[in-house]
Amino acid sequence: MLRLPEFTYRRPQNAREAATILAGEGPAAMLVAGGTDLWPKMKRRQMEPRVVVGLRHLAELRGVTGSPGAGLTLGPNLTLRELERHPLLLEKYPSVAEAARSISSPPLKTMGTLGGNLCVDTRCFYYDQTHEWRQSIHFCLKKDGDTCWVAPGSRRCWAVSSTDLAPVMLALNARIHLLSKDGERTIEAGQMYNNDGIAYLSKRPNEIVTAVDLPAINGDVTSFRKLRRRGSIDFPILNVAVWLRLTRDRRTIEAARIAIGGITSSPFLSLPAANALVGCELTPDVIAAAAVAARLDSRPLDNTDLDFSWRRSMVEVWVRRALEQASHRMS
Amino acid sequence: MNIIGKPLRKVDAVSKCIGRTMFADDIVLPQMLYAKILRSTRPYARIRNIDTSAAESLEGVKAILLGRELPITFGILPVSQDEHTLAIDVVRYAGEPVAAVAAVDEETAEEAVRRIKVEYEDLPPIMSIEDGLKPTDTPIQAYAEDGNIHKTVSFTFGDTDAAFEKADLVLDGLFFYQGNTHLPLEQHASVALYHPEDRLTLWSSTQTPHYVHRALARVLEMTPNRIQVIACPNGGGFGGKSDPFSHEIAVAKLAMKAGKPVKIALTREEVFYCHRGRHPVLMRAKLGVSKDGNFTGLSFQTILDGGAYGSYGVASTYYTGALQTTTYHLPAYKFEGARLFTNKPPCGPKRGHGTPQPRLGLEIQIDKAAELLGIDPADLRLRNLVPADSLTVNWLTIRTIGLRRCIEKIVEASGWKDKFRKLPYGRGVGLACSCYLTGAGLPIYWNNMPQSGVQLKFDRSGLVTIFCGSTDIGQGSDSILAYIVAEVLGIDCSSIRVVTGDTDLTPVDLGSYSSRVTLMTGNAAIQAAERARDLLDEAVAAELKIPRNRIVAAEGRMFDAEDPSRSVDFAKAVQLAEARFGTLGTTGCYSPPKSAAKFKGGGVGPSPTYSFSAAVVQLAVDRETGIIKIEKTWIAHDIGRAINPLLALGQVEGSVYMGLGEALMEEHEFRLGVHKTPSMLDYKSPTSMDICPVETILVEEPDPIGPFGAKEVGQGPLLPIPPAVCNAVYDAVGVRIDEIPVTPEKILSALKAKSQGKDGRYGPSSFPSVEYRDPVFVMPPWEGGDGRAMNEPEYTRKGT
Repeated sequence: MLRLPEFTYRRPQNAREAATILAGEGPAAMLVAGGTDLWPKMKRRQMEPRVVVGLRHLAELRGVTGSPGAGLTLGPNLTLRELERHPLLLEKYPSVAEAARSISSPPLKTMGTLGGNLCVDTRCFYYDQTHEWRQSIHFCLKKDGDTCWVAPGSRRCWAVSSTDLAPVMLALNARIHLLSKDGERTIEAGQMYNNDGIAYLSKRPNEIVTAVDLPAINGDVTSFRKLRRRGSIDFPILNVAVWLRLTRDRRTIEAARIAIGGITSSPFLSLPAANALVGCELTPDVIAAAAVAARLDSRPLDNTDLDFSWRRSMVEVWVRRALEQASHRMS
Repeated sequence: MNIIGKPLRKVDAVSKCIGRTMFADDIVLPQMLYAKILRSTRPYARIRNIDTSAAESLEGVKAILLGRELPITFGILPVSQDEHTLAIDVVRYAGEPVAAVAAVDEETAEEAVRRIKVEYEDLPPIMSIEDGLKPTDTPIQAYAEDGNIHKTVSFTFGDTDAAFEKADLVLDGLFFYQGNTHLPLEQHASVALYHPEDRLTLWSSTQTPHYVHRALARVLEMTPNRIQVIACPNGGGFGGKSDPFSHEIAVAKLAMKAGKPVKIALTREEVFYCHRGRHPVLMRAKLGVSKDGNFTGLSFQTILDGGAYGSYGVASTYYTGALQTTTYHLPAYKFEGARLFTNKPPCGPKRGHGTPQPRLGLEIQIDKAAELLGIDPADLRLRNLVPADSLTVNWLTIRTIGLRRCIEKIVEASGWKDKFRKLPYGRGVGLACSCYLTGAGLPIYWNNMPQSGVQLKFDRSGLVTIFCGSTDIGQGSDSILAYIVAEVLGIDCSSIRVVTGDTDLTPVDLGSYSSRVTLMTGNAAIQAAERARDLLDEAVAAELKIPRNRIVAAEGRMFDAEDPSRSVDFAKAVQLAEARFGTLGTTGCYSPPKSAAKFKGGGVGPSPTYSFSAAVVQLAVDRETGIIKIEKTWIAHDIGRAINPLLALGQVEGSVYMGLGEALMEEHEFRLGVHKTPSMLDYKSPTSMDICPVETILVEEPDPIGPFGAKEVGQGPLLPIPPAVCNAVYDAVGVRIDEIPVTPEKILSALKAKSQGKDGRYGPSSFPSVEYRDPVFVMPPWEGGDGRAMNEPEYTRKGT
């Protein structure tokens, strides 16, 4: 079997101590909670931390506090299993529960966490391979090489953002708390990601996600749709998260956010798609216009499963279906 | 019957369920070392130099092995002895073994392998059928017929030109069947022990210990009687563990060099490189049909993308032409096949070996013909069925054929008549049939010994031990042996031990391939058990003072049929027989009947008897996305008789799911010269969320050749699934997908073409010109002749 390389495992007493360890070790240290992303990647030498700092045991990172009326705060150690069946999420923030449910498989969901999925590494055919396989292609820009095989003329990495929860957080405009030895800061979910397969997180390596704030939901509508080859296990090759605020009549869209993931190196908000909705009722024509706008806004590349031009045309279908689902939830 | 036909538990079920089965990777021996293999990173290259110094200096490294130390080649077929244990001078695919290291633990072996420096000089890799047909200065294998054309075959049975002229309708179409792999859950593993007495033992996850035994003896230059091969229980095989493999020989040599036992356990990625999976096949199928729906003739051409080595490929090439004739009567038939060498892991036998690909083309053509003639596709097939007890156009002997009942059963069970062309747009049903071998008529290397042997040993406790060289790969062959012996001796399976797949202990059985095991080991077991019955009956008859023919064996006792109160228990019967005859033991064996085909190349296709399947797949196509949802599959399988209907059901359902995987998503694809997705995550195979309920109907018409009438069930039921899916897609949305996998973008592409007034089809658009060899002419049985070729064709190519 593939073997893990040697490393030192650190078990801090609390998040603050974890931040101190990170500061001391520098970029040679990485965090682990569920390990469903990190351990296989270490076996394939995609990641080679000397020190791994465990967070999973920290109860302080696991709670759900607040209320949907005032905003809910989620601990990053909540497992995907806990998220997918949490009654408040299911009732008020269904897109969060739906995205969590759609991730990987039941056994992995009992290990994988909210924080882990928000920070999950970008993926690519040329990168998610063993060391020996990558050696065959002389490695790639993201690890150990100097060519991006997806776009060999390119100077950036095009690995695909593969988190299902991030688009939901973008659509909800969630806020993410980051802790480092130097203190705490809070950023909008949209600020968390860069459209770069390597530096895909603006979270600094010495920072720990300590909480995710979901804004008050009072009557807002959410939905989530994911595209993947199979009914389980697979990472997204497209996902769509919708958030709609309605006017008092509960028919007209006052504000909207449509987030798209699994296409480029970061999840993104499609402004043209959202703009097509604002001030309108969700008629089939309005939905179709938003869906077309979203497709025109999306440029997938040939670096993950299924045909990439087909995936682009699916953006339109998936945005439409996500909006139809939202429309259904409005009534 | 007390045992046969009952859904009994497998003899090894509990161990499997609670994790106690000892697979090869579970074996741990004192002082055992671990081996790792360095594999080629280049698809095609000369090896300039291998520097092992940095590995040698690593603490814990105990032995390093390079190709030159084992210069003798091996291969499963006598005509394709083209593999080296480790590459010498040339590597022919990315993933090919180049060097091996044994060290104190796996981490050290891995580090040592990483320290070996290989200098390569790249050669232009051949990665497609198109490239493989081009002339080349650097052929992948020097022994190929011509350039990278490994092997061509060509047969003509009767006059197909006249058949097409006579036809009212001739369908001429191109099809492509993508390559895919077995994906057994258990990754290959082997442990080698070199004894101080100059003997070698190899435990391995193999389907064919006898052939591994022969390959080890050949390459290691040891007499076979110093080598013991033990086939461990396999966690799935599907044909992927039927070749002797480099790692098996390397680990043996490392154990000899290091003087300590050595284990190797392959990673999933390495299993993808072992491969021997389904050949990608491009094909042209030309079918002639009269307006009243009778097939007048078939012409079939295939090109197989073989990968870098021979493996079973020559047999696979013949198989792409062998079984088109066994389901429907063909008055004339022509077949031309060619296998190419390419710089990919070698293709070989996967469940259905070479026959699912042509079955796709044939069954789609029949669906097209039915539509053009306005005949229901089920009826068109029924009209053309091969009769029982007949010879096919290519001289294959059909004994029992339950295909008529199979078709009738699925038509009824699926509600076919109410659904076909009647479901709303987007939903459809498709039907297809197939046939498969119950064991190959000939062994892989020529010999006139039995293909299967069984020995029985009787203990005074009443325990019967069955010795047989067969290998249980999860299909339940150990249990089948136990059921059959128990039935004949009238005892319970708990009084039976089964010892299999050990070349020191068990008589030869050729292995778990070509669906041969139940029929061949079963018949051998019946013979051995009946010979034992003779002895037991005589001893018990003497004890009870009655004639022998009054002895009945049942429920662990031997009775007087006329006075059941007079009996002895089975242990007592054994004791009486041992007292009378001395130490008790019997043997049995099986050799298939001689084939009617006497022409060169006629050795591939004959089987003691054939199984038949018919399936209906119902699915929904999302017209916006092209995504298919399989709703249900009905399948009827002519099994002759189910020794254990529960195990048969498992084989049918497993075949259906594997067929759906091939039809919908599985793909061996290469990019930059390397396998694109060598992992369980990225090589897409269906999960339990992606398949459908399966309704299985076992059609039981006992076959006179099979043990208790049984025929095969392990492979055949896969065959109708891919064409049934394609036919159902057409019924659902009116487009023809003439290749698999049927992915969403192919459906959308065909729908788009159709909406633009073009041909609503997705599939290959051209068939390259191939110089097939001159055909062997054979007269069909009904035109006279004796199964011999009428000509001795002039072979112009080298290597014939």
